[in-house]
Amino acid sequence: MRLALRELVRRPGRFVTASVVLTLIALLLMFLGGLLDGLIRSQTGALRAQDAQAIVYSDTAQASFVRSRIEPGLRAEVEAVEGVREVGGLGLVQLGARVPGRGPRDLADVALFGYELAPDGVPPVPGPGEAYADEVLKADGIELGMTIELGPARSPVRIVGFVSDTSFNGQGGVWAAPATWRDVLSANRPDARLGDGVFQALVVIGDEHVADAIDTATAGRTDSYTIDDAVEAIPGVTEQRATFNQIIGVTLGVAVVVIALFFALITVERLALYGVLKALGARSATIFAGLVAQAVSVTAAAALIAASAAVALDAAIPPGSVPLDVTVSRVVTSIVLLLLAAVAGCAFSLRRVLRVDPASAIGTNS
Amino acid sequence: MSALHMSDVRKVYRMGDGSEVVALDHATLSVDHDEIVALVGPSGSGKTTLCSIAGGILSVTEGRVVVGGEDITEHSSPALTRFRQSKVGFVFQSVNLVPFLNARENLLVVDELGPRRRSAARQRADQLLEELGLTDRAKNLPSELSGGQRQRVAIGRALMNDPDLVLFDEPTSSLDTALGEQVMELIRSEMKQRDIAAVVVTHDDRITRFCDRTVEIVDGHLAA
Repeated sequence: MRLALRELVRRPGRFVTASVVLTLIALLLMFLGGLLDGLIRSQTGALRAQDAQAIVYSDTAQASFVRSRIEPGLRAEVEAVEGVREVGGLGLVQLGARVPGRGPRDLADVALFGYELAPDGVPPVPGPGEAYADEVLKADGIELGMTIELGPARSPVRIVGFVSDTSFNGQGGVWAAPATWRDVLSANRPDARLGDGVFQALVVIGDEHVADAIDTATAGRTDSYTIDDAVEAIPGVTEQRATFNQIIGVTLGVAVVVIALFFALITVERLALYGVLKALGARSATIFAGLVAQAVSVTAAAALIAASAAVALDAAIPPGSVPLDVTVSRVVTSIVLLLLAAVAGCAFSLRRVLRVDPASAIGTNS
Repeated sequence: MSALHMSDVRKVYRMGDGSEVVALDHATLSVDHDEIVALVGPSGSGKTTLCSIAGGILSVTEGRVVVGGEDITEHSSPALTRFRQSKVGFVFQSVNLVPFLNARENLLVVDELGPRRRSAARQRADQLLEELGLTDRAKNLPSELSGGQRQRVAIGRALMNDPDLVLFDEPTSSLDTALGEQVMELIRSEMKQRDIAAVVVTHDDRITRFCDRTVEIVDGHLAA
């Protein structure tokens, strides 16, 4: 193995092509993963931020706020379920917001939530007509103390603070009192107007398995989810994740092929040398381990360069534009997958290494 | 005790069409511990096959092979690998040094492939380089050495594991006459000085005078 690593150090030029190609593949892998994480983050932040054990929709809602209605009577039934400690109403309306200083058609997409229980990172319910805005909305020009106008009715809401990672369906979260949300909903979506005490969903703090208990207690008139399940149930999330993961899988496949082809070529070039080493007493395992060490080293170097580039890219892209979110776990996962691809790619050369005949070093035909 | 004893050895290759090619036919050969034997014969006569069998690279179809007191006739492939690490040295026809290692590291390769002796191996490598007159070329890559110097490095590598037998495969084929004779003189003096047996495969009659004995091989048959 030391022999192989010494070759890597002394003859780096031989590995430049593979390193460059693998760096680009690693960057693509991390960029795709970052895009997936960024998209999912921008779609699910409002639910991930809920510091609760269950989200309760009405039975026919299919995990959609728009289709869900929770009447006060049903809420009382939920509150009475054993294991439920606290219940808060949650309502949503998605609208375009006019931002002072921007054109009348240059709307910021916002998801206005009316909430009773404050999610993680969101302060307690603000006063009437006030709201906390997600910091991604800063990219749309929204500033502290600014009054934005929501929807066709131009309902005014004053921004009194910023929160982070609370977007929903790609729209920046705006968090207001239930009364504010209800007024904005009535003014801009008269067809979806809700009476006092009616919410679209309930946020439940309680025991770990309280979601199942709620649906049983309400005889199926509720459709309850754990927070993780509610996140996955948001329309489009699972499909996006599956699509991106397939693209990432194909990219990894390309990485395996590149590594396999490159090291197969190197193996063919070295058959004479391997024959000599075997004649001198090298085991096939030693030679193959050297090959794997080279592939892993080249791939690790490429992955680290790509990781640096991906982090730099993430830092350079302003919030609210491209939904890129390069996380440590994504980078580490990508590096681990690439290293596994390196080993898998080398495996294609194993048979060739095993078949190297030490007799080839001194020829068998004379 | 013989450094190499081959008795009644046959090597038969089975071809894809079912036919058989006899590369070595009932060959018997003994080489004493300090003896240098030239193995001469035309191309395809079986001399490299014999050399490969003596070096534990090929196994025999029939017969018995003992090197340095170790019977390798029935050795498995891993056992033959261990045998090659410890009992024999090779000097190949085209020298075959590792191109990205310097002269000293090419000697130490032998230690890296087998059981590590580390500092002892480094001392032996330095000692061999000195004895072969290569101390000042120890840090040079093979591409920076002359043909004769590369051959000396290859001899040093063959001696690294303190072998009972060194096998030379056409050691002068890529050298001119004068350099070839110098290399053969070096081989003779190094082998005699260390009491190591050697088999020199060649089809160049001019170098047999540096050997103690010449054995001819024709169509797989040995003739003393």
